[in-house]
Amino acid sequence: MSLSRLLTAQKSPILDKWFALILSTYPSDAAQFFRKKSTFTNPVGHTISQGIEDIFDGVISGAALEQYRPFLDNIIRVRAVQDFTASKAVAFVFHLKTAVRAVCLKKIAAERLHDDLLDLELRIDELSLMAFDIFMQCREKLYDLRANELRDRTLWILKRSGYVTEIEDEPGEIPGERINVKPTKEVN
Amino acid sequence: MAKLPKPSELAKISLTPPAKPWMDVVTDIRQGMYCHGAKAKNLAALELPNARDFKVAEEDWQLPEDWKETVLNGIKERLEKFRTFHVFMDICVRCGACADKCHFFLGSGDPKNMPVIRAELLRSVYRKYFTTAGKVFGKTAGARELDIQTLKEIWYYYFQCTECRRCSLFCPYGIDQAEITIIGRELLNLLGLNIDWICGPAANCYRKGNHLGLEPHTIKSSVEFFLSDLEDITGITIEPTFNRKGAEILFVTPSGDLFADPGTYTAMGYLMLFHELGLDYTWSTYASEGGNFGFFTSMDMAKRLNYKIYAEAKRLGVKWILGGECGHMWRVLHQYMDTFNGPADFLEVPKSPITGTVFDSAKGTKMVHIVEFTADLMKNNKLNLDPTRNDHLKVTYHDSCNTSRGMGFLEEPRYVIKSVCNHFYDMPEDTIREKTFCCGSGSGLNASENMELRMRGGFPRANAVRHVHEKHGVNLLTNICAIDRASLPPLMDYWVPGVKVAGTHELVGNALVMKGEKERTVDLRNEPLPGKAGAEGGEADV
Repeated sequence: MSLSRLLTAQKSPILDKWFALILSTYPSDAAQFFRKKSTFTNPVGHTISQGIEDIFDGVISGAALEQYRPFLDNIIRVRAVQDFTASKAVAFVFHLKTAVRAVCLKKIAAERLHDDLLDLELRIDELSLMAFDIFMQCREKLYDLRANELRDRTLWILKRSGYVTEIEDEPGEIPGERINVKPTKEVN
Repeated sequence: MAKLPKPSELAKISLTPPAKPWMDVVTDIRQGMYCHGAKAKNLAALELPNARDFKVAEEDWQLPEDWKETVLNGIKERLEKFRTFHVFMDICVRCGACADKCHFFLGSGDPKNMPVIRAELLRSVYRKYFTTAGKVFGKTAGARELDIQTLKEIWYYYFQCTECRRCSLFCPYGIDQAEITIIGRELLNLLGLNIDWICGPAANCYRKGNHLGLEPHTIKSSVEFFLSDLEDITGITIEPTFNRKGAEILFVTPSGDLFADPGTYTAMGYLMLFHELGLDYTWSTYASEGGNFGFFTSMDMAKRLNYKIYAEAKRLGVKWILGGECGHMWRVLHQYMDTFNGPADFLEVPKSPITGTVFDSAKGTKMVHIVEFTADLMKNNKLNLDPTRNDHLKVTYHDSCNTSRGMGFLEEPRYVIKSVCNHFYDMPEDTIREKTFCCGSGSGLNASENMELRMRGGFPRANAVRHVHEKHGVNLLTNICAIDRASLPPLMDYWVPGVKVAGTHELVGNALVMKGEKERTVDLRNEPLPGKAGAEGGEADV
């Protein structure tokens, strides 16, 4: 038996374990609620449970890493605005290793699939690096939103009040070609 | 230099939070979750106590020495004054029905964002000082001392409640957390503990008549800017009046519509509609704010800032008042204005001069919501509309908390939208109408420094938008609230890129066929209309 067949057969208990491990990172009152299955009235629970299933299917199928990005993104986008440090926000990826070992380790030993397990865990490591990139993108997006909101609010008012103006396109001219002023200094 | 932790120490990461009763969990006041403290000058302008600059991140909030006594006296006074508050402090049986209804809890998983615990933060203090059981049994009876940590915790979480009232819809006793938050914020304001995003606009409003502090000439020039754009788009010259005595109708809208996209496009829609109808109305540069950030400070402040609307209506001698698209503005107008500053017996019951419809629903306040007014025009076929001009838009509608739960305003906006566009898709049932999810930024929490809070609070709403975006290709989220128009664009940018935000009357303006207009080639955003001359075809951006 190959490891992917074993994982396919054990998909349900592995996902249950993985989900439980992720929920344990939330306060117990919240974890209890996030278990409920509801797409719209429990968006966090739904996003996590759906996301890990999609990631798991991708890992088993051996699909190119980039294909998991949207699934990882869905979960990390949520955890990036919750009370987690960076390490805690992305740690759920490593929980897949724990879940696989908890459910399948005996069979892996019996079937001598250690090399396959090592390959799987390397993929999970790569996944975690991608997860960290996504986390950073989400956090950068938050700061962008903050900065843009402040800038737009201020700039709009300044423009409408006539305190700042922009050079307007002159009719019939191609923007960019009408500026004939030569720079006095070379700008590197 | 701070001691650097060793790798072995860093590796000790506990991923499981400790399971403790809420009272034992010390609140960590985190940056990104709160708004800056109110500035001294703004507190002083509103004659609020303890005017000083305070920084939330600093240990010392510069409270007066007798702060505890002030809060307890404040609670006592309000228990006697507001029967609802007294009842809400006593009757909760902690059934948990509200627990998972708050968007901040749904987005964060922080138990103190459960409405029941948010109320308990204050209720525990009430028990300690105002109930025998609490005085005798203390913590066992759910009571606790009012100390500085407790005060800071109340401040932190009462400015993480948008007063949206979704929880109250599910409470078997009808406990309204919004009212508890309102009282909680009143108590905090006794100590000068407001946030500047509320206090600043309220101070501006008190001095200049609107949240942005726009002076009369600035308001006029802003509207003239719209008129110039509208002339380019429609070929029609519109000439509204300002502060005109003897007009039939006074029009009051949130100032956000005058100075921030995409609200500005909504304002352009109003101008087009009124011109087309030949409405005898006037703008006011004094009653230049429909919104009321005083409502997020105290009832007295809300009353004070609301006063100018009736005062201006009286000064100008209008017959009735028409109000623009806003959320909390309508909560105040619909539920409080008559009590605050009524009776408006110098005004007439609003009657549409176009259709003759009498708006009995506004018999008390004499003020009508523009969407109700427009829906009536459409129902009576008084407008020439071309919905195909909005064919590049796939539209959904976000029920603003205040207009839906606060005044039962559910069908009119949908009727208007469906009359002016051909592609409308409602979001799932549990997320709209009375059960609508908040934008996450209401009640004065739409500052920039708390973006993280706004994103997590807005996630349930965004999640439902994402559903219709993926299923139907929805690319426009409409609403009838100025705070929505300001706060939903970044929310969409984070969660559902590709969905833009618009007020309802922007779509009305697009679809409105005006007498004598030139052929429209662009919409109100100056984006090409698909299939029209001058447009290059294809999907125009919103």
